Formats: sequence, structure tokens, C-alpha cells
Amino acid sequence: MTSYISAAYLASVILFILSIRGLAHPATARHGNILGFIGISLAVLATFFMPEVHDYFWTFFMILTGGCLSLFFAFRVKMTSLPQMIAAFNGLGGLASVFIAGAEILSDTPTKFESSLGLIIGAIAFSGSVIAFAKLQGLISPKAFVFRGQQILNLLLALGIISSCSLFLLSGDIKYFYILSLLSLIIGFLVTLPIGGADMPVIISVLNAYSGWAAVSIGFSLNNILLIIVGTIVGGSGTFLSHAMTKAMNRSLLNVILGGFGLKDQKQATANEQTAQTATPQDAAFLMENANKVIIVPGYGMAVAQAQHILKEMAEDLQKLYGVEVKFAIHPVAGRMPGHMNVLLAEANIPYEDVYELEQINREFSTADVAYVIGANDITNPLARTDSSSPIFGMPILEVEKAKTVFFVKRSLGSGYAGVENPLFFAPNTLMLYGDAKDVTEQIVENLEHK
Amino acid sequence: MSSFWLLLTIFVLACFIGYFVVKGVSPALHSPLMSVSNAISGIIIIGAILIAGKQETDLAKLFGLFAVFLASVNIFGGFAISQRMLRMFKKKTKTEGKKS
Repeated sequence: MTSYISAAYLASVILFILSIRGLAHPATARHGNILGFIGISLAVLATFFMPEVHDYFWTFFMILTGGCLSLFFAFRVKMTSLPQMIAAFNGLGGLASVFIAGAEILSDTPTKFESSLGLIIGAIAFSGSVIAFAKLQGLISPKAFVFRGQQILNLLLALGIISSCSLFLLSGDIKYFYILSLLSLIIGFLVTLPIGGADMPVIISVLNAYSGWAAVSIGFSLNNILLIIVGTIVGGSGTFLSHAMTKAMNRSLLNVILGGFGLKDQKQATANEQTAQTATPQDAAFLMENANKVIIVPGYGMAVAQAQHILKEMAEDLQKLYGVEVKFAIHPVAGRMPGHMNVLLAEANIPYEDVYELEQINREFSTADVAYVIGANDITNPLARTDSSSPIFGMPILEVEKAKTVFFVKRSLGSGYAGVENPLFFAPNTLMLYGDAKDVTEQIVENLEHK
Repeated sequence: MSSFWLLLTIFVLACFIGYFVVKGVSPALHSPLMSVSNAISGIIIIGAILIAGKQETDLAKLFGLFAVFLASVNIFGGFAISQRMLRMFKKKTKTEGKKS
């Protein structure tokens, strides 16, 4: 019997690898997702045949209630709430590892070290996701929350975790295990609190990685190869994404976690008084319909205003009525999770062939007549290349300033998340379109259509 | 080879496989990657089932059952959300969008 189970586990590992592999291209991605589901179902089914499993009813019952409950939410939730849904599910996965580690410790022959590790990582994944969820859902302020002595407190907590863990390993007294759980939960809360909205793509990826590494620790503790392999793939994927996100901001992970990004520079940013040129949606429509090439740069402001559908109309009108070449340019950290803008544009039925990543499109701005920046700021700021004292120095940006005309759709002239003024607003080839991203784009579409 | 070294070998090899597989994922699909891998991390349900399936009813078993519940929320929710997202990345009919 055990060889059948091992064969099933091997098959499900292969299915998981193929599942992630499927995400290499949008055309095969949905199959990838289905393969992943088959893989996990196969693994669960095989586990029921393990000699250790005697009781089925309540386990089935729990799977059924958990499944129904989450399907109910997953299909009802609005697409705009995706980032927080992912954070929520991730947190629950982390909490599951906490309970598994707890149960393992209560057993007769516990593997203390591996379980403690699983507990710590799982607890941080859980409490961190709770804060990320609360910030994304708007339950607490999405701003960076920094207080005096925060880093000292975190350091003390980390020392507390190390010492309670060592005490538990040495003495085996379960009291220390409970202290360890509590401290791990608290540090997860405290480490996520100072992370501001625009850093969310990083922290969501990190938390995603944690849930994978927690599974690896549990795998070591239960001597389960499947958990180790699959946990590693998940942990690796999250780590890869966090690395990609921090690279796209030219910051280290430590720098993101220490938080409070940009808080210091705000005074300096508002001091400078220059005048920016403004334009009306009519001007924008006129310039764009006479252009050969328009590149649209979406940012989080587009997501907030839900402007992606009207943006699609604008792109389509330009292409069909005026024969303009329209492309979309996406910065890796635009939005609140990795790939956020791509999902929103896909939701609006914008063909993914028209959507380009930073490296692919950057050299095309010099041949573009219009760059239409909608709800983005820091990711276009040329200071990132020129001013070495700027907090965003070194961050790769979309070089929109090379386009003949740049339109910025913004509510106000305010600085972006990084607290850095964008000199591009005052450039001679920049025109500001003040207002809600959706309203402004709607007016442009009206002007494009009624002529 | 002792069991620990065997597991460690598997772990290290899995790191390499994970790296190369994830590297191939299109940046446009980073959100679905996160959500699919999040769903897959629900694999810890295996550990939970092993604990929840034991004969005697004690605190550990209750922990296991609760972990089964949490992990299945993670699994079903994760795959459902990924499916919703990926449905939007369906190949668009070429006549639409491009000039025709």
C-alpha cells in the first residue's frame, strides 16, 4: 500500500511543477491552475490511505465546510479585493501550520526543532497577513505606522524568540513553546505595521514565501517528502517575487521591512513652488487622435478609480477610429501586488499582446507621441536616475519624459508615496489633467467619439 | 544515508527546481503565480490529516482537525481566485482591440 501512496505523492509533485510551469504563458496558465488542483486532490486522497489515518469522518467534514466557506467568498468577492483575499488565504495557511506544529509538540515523540521553526514562520505568516489584509481592506490606515523605539522593540522580540526557542529545545517544557507562539505572533504584527501601501507588493510576496517555508519545516518535522518539495517550490516562488519587487525599487528587503519609507522627505518636497501646465480632456483627445503612437502607463490610481474599462475604450477608439498605435507599459511594482496592473488590464479585456513590461517598452518612449500616465507617479520620476540623494535613486523607471508629450492624470500636484516631488510635472512637454482618473478618461473618450 | 540527510538533499534539489520553474513565469502572470502558489501551500493539509486521523481524541487531534479546516479554506479559496484571475487572461479574439 505504501508504494501506491509514494507513487501518488510523486505524481502530485510532478503535477505541481507542471502547474507552475503552465504560468510561463497566459495561454497555458489556466491548465496550470487545474493541474495544481488535481495534484493537491491526489495528495489528499493518497494520505487517507496512510496507516496512521484511522478517522475519516471529521476530516472530511472539515474539508467540506472549509471548502464551501472559502468558495463562497472566493466567487463573491469583487475583483478589486483580490490583493486582500490573497493575503487572507495566505494567513489562514500560516495559521494551519501553527496548529500542526502545536499538535506535533503535543505528541509522544515530538521533533522539537523542526516544529518550533514551523511554528515561528507560520505564526509570522499569519499575523503579518492579518495586518496586510487590514491595510488593503482599509480597516486600518494603509500608511506606514512608525513609532519611537519600534526597531529596538522588534530586536528585543527577536531575542525573546531565540531564547524561548532555545529554552524549549533544552528543557522540553511546553510553557516555553506557548511563549514562543505568542512572541512570534506579535513580531509578525509589528514587522508588517510600518509597511506602507506602495510597499505592499513586497510584503505580500514575503508572506507568501513564509507560508511555503513553514510547510518545509513541517515536512522535516513529520518526515514527509511531499511537504518538503512543495513547500520549497512555494517558498522559492515567494522569495523570487520579493526579490523581483525589491529590485524594481532598488531597495533591500531589510530597508522595506524597517519601513517608514519617504517619511522624512515630505517637507522638502512641498517647499518647491513651480507651476505646472494644465490641459483639458479636449486637448488630450486632440493630441492623442493625431498621434502615431500612444503609450499608456497605469498605476495604483487607476485601480482606485476603477478606470481600466474606460481606458480600454479609449485605447480601442484610438486604434479603430484613428489608427493610432496604442501600447500599455507596466512597472513591476505598480499597484498593491506583483502583476496587479496586468490583472486589471486583463479584466478590462485588453489583449495581453498590447501590454509590455518595463524592459520591453522603455526604449519605445522616444518614438511615442504621447505618454498617458494614469494614476502613477514615483515609477516615472526621473530623479531616480539623476539625484543620488533621492530616496528613490537607482529605482528603474518608465522613461515617459522621452515621449513628445506627457499627460499626467492626477487628483493634485502632490508628491507620490515616496514623498519625492516629481520634476516631470513642471517639464515643458508635460501637461497635467487634474481629476479622477475615470472621469478624465471618460471625457477624453467622449471627445474622441463625438467629432 | 540517514533520514535527515536524505530529506536535506531533497530540499536542496527542490530549491533548484523551484528556482528554474518560477523563473520561467511571465511577469504579466505574477499575481496568478502568487495566488496559485498560495493555494499549493495548502499542501500542509497532508500533515493536518495525518494528525487529525489518529485514533484517540485529545487536544492534538482537535488542533489537527482545525488545521484541516484552515488549510482547505486556503486550498479551495486559492484555486478559485486563481481561476477567476486566469479566466481574464483568456486569449482575446484577434479582431478585437487590434485594428480590423
